[in-house]
Amino acid sequence: MGNPNKVKADSGFMRWVDDRFPATQMWQEHLSKYYAPKNFNVWYFFGSLALLVLVNQILTGIWLTMSYNPTAEGAFASVEYIMRDVEWGWLIRYLHSTGASAFFVVVYLHMFRGLLYGSYKAPRELVWIFGMAIYLALMAEAFMGYLLPWGQMSYWGAQVIISLFSAIPSIGPDLAQWVRGDYLISGITLNRFFALHVVALPIVILALVVLHIIALHEVGSNNPDGIDIKKKKDETGKPLDGIPFHPYYTVKDIVGVAVFLFVFMVVVLYFPEGGGYFIEKPNFEPANPLKTPDHIAPVWYFTPFYAMLRAITFTLFGLDAKFLGVIVMGGAIAILFVLPWLDRSPVRSIRYKGWISKVMLALFAISFAILGVLGVLPATEGRTMLAQLCTAVYFAFFLLMPFYTRLEKTKPVPERVTG
Amino acid sequence: MKKQLFALLFALVPFTAMAAGGGASLPHSMEPDLHDKASLQNGMKLFVNYCMGCHSLEHQRFSRAAEDLNIPQDLVEENLIFSSGLRFNDQMHIAMGSDDAEGWFGAPPPDLTLEARLRGTDWIYSYLLTFYRDPSRPNGVNNEVFPSVGMPNVLEPLQGVQEHVCAETDRQVEGAELDPLTGKYQSCDVLQVTQPGAMEPDEFEDAVYDLTNFLAYVGEPSKLHAQALGPKVLIFIVIFGVLAYLLKREYWRDIH
Repeated sequence: MGNPNKVKADSGFMRWVDDRFPATQMWQEHLSKYYAPKNFNVWYFFGSLALLVLVNQILTGIWLTMSYNPTAEGAFASVEYIMRDVEWGWLIRYLHSTGASAFFVVVYLHMFRGLLYGSYKAPRELVWIFGMAIYLALMAEAFMGYLLPWGQMSYWGAQVIISLFSAIPSIGPDLAQWVRGDYLISGITLNRFFALHVVALPIVILALVVLHIIALHEVGSNNPDGIDIKKKKDETGKPLDGIPFHPYYTVKDIVGVAVFLFVFMVVVLYFPEGGGYFIEKPNFEPANPLKTPDHIAPVWYFTPFYAMLRAITFTLFGLDAKFLGVIVMGGAIAILFVLPWLDRSPVRSIRYKGWISKVMLALFAISFAILGVLGVLPATEGRTMLAQLCTAVYFAFFLLMPFYTRLEKTKPVPERVTG
Repeated sequence: MKKQLFALLFALVPFTAMAAGGGASLPHSMEPDLHDKASLQNGMKLFVNYCMGCHSLEHQRFSRAAEDLNIPQDLVEENLIFSSGLRFNDQMHIAMGSDDAEGWFGAPPPDLTLEARLRGTDWIYSYLLTFYRDPSRPNGVNNEVFPSVGMPNVLEPLQGVQEHVCAETDRQVEGAELDPLTGKYQSCDVLQVTQPGAMEPDEFEDAVYDLTNFLAYVGEPSKLHAQALGPKVLIFIVIFGVLAYLLKREYWRDIH
């Protein structure tokens, strides 16, 4: 880094490679000489775990594709074929279905880490934006993947979400029909979702992950103190509070991998349905366009946003409630993209921010969790009011941020990391 | 480090704890026992004799059930496959066409392969135990769990005729009064067998248990494999984790 001359191996095979491809250079830049702060805590496991789950999803996904039949007539039966007749098919399928939920678990924790320690603040705005783009692509990926088993909840969940497009004034109904490729969700929709789920979106996600990591390695990792370790260097130019990512964080992340895999495999082997939250019960019945389930709930990782959508029960400025709900739901995700410019605090980490930031972050996290629970439950009057309150808190956290982060009194930031 | 591991574990706990969620209140409950081969075999026998006239198991092969339930192939072929069109390796299809079924019953009887996962075993168990005489229905019977169901009580020869009678019961009945002396409820909504069938009520409950247990197996034949694999996988991960931790500690010895 900063050195225009490429690092090359002295001799042998690696020298031959390095003359043609910057292998040693890249290895050093991204691993053995990538200096990460030494004070990473437990929150810093979730980035590498997300990568692990991504690899799991791609590998199990490839093997599922070998036996899955993407037609309205054959999809449901082919999933049961995988579960029963394909050698180890049940394990591959449960690794994939549990992996989807695990992906969102680790990604939500990873994102919350960013909020805690201000990892989105300058100079890491692009790291955050690429990360948010991954999250968005991941939501599309999960949504389309959920249609593929062609169960009742697959069908009606997709029906509800796609019908959101029809809430857009004037172009809405045509847009929804264009997305479905049919007047209702049919085999045509299934086929295009299959194509997007197994080809298009994985490519987008992988590309974004590369961008996310390149951007991160360009500016260096943040840390729980939110201070810049590059300001204090030793005589050789290495950050005093930095340690090479490899081997220090590779061996540490492997411990995190073991803990994660333990919990993950307990779910895969003993509770693959996740209590009806990872695989919803109505999905054990084939899709039936003529029979609406009593209660349609999206999978748990979408429920906070679904609760916000349902929370909007009033019309405003001549726009109907459904369209407003779509705007609120979209806004809830869109506002995360501009977070780096909302935070005006002179410090990054929550450790040195004032009490208002701490209270707001806590309220935000609680509201998000409550919305997640509400999104699973059927709506009642009381629950809708609670959802409205939590939606207001969710947006207040962001919209008031420019004010409270500037006004509040911050604590002095230490010169060196505190461990 | 230990503190961090615990924190990580706790962070993930809510997602596994959700797995323990309960269902709605049903009059009966049962806990499937997939290790009880005798029960599963009896359940399969009952299924092919009483249910398979109308209900298929489209995704379940005879051969797979035979293998998992330890039933020899010749016994299956002699006693459990009635249709000449079906072979040992076939799925458990039925002969009745769904168009005919719709004409006869109003709706085709559903395939039951995934019924235990769709509705839960408590539901199936309660459903099969709570048919009662109701002359207002076309089939003469109704069901407490599935009111106005189109299915006749095919197990009536075994169970006998069950009716609502006025009696004491241990179970709490809505609107019924608790007798403070006996601790029982007095209700006129108690189901009781009034004309005995081939089985005693206890025997019948056992039979329905076996049938439900079999459907629990059919819903997820891989479950036994997963449970057998579980300890091996988890012990491997623990050993791997301990070694990984020791390696990490060794590397991090010089970091302060």
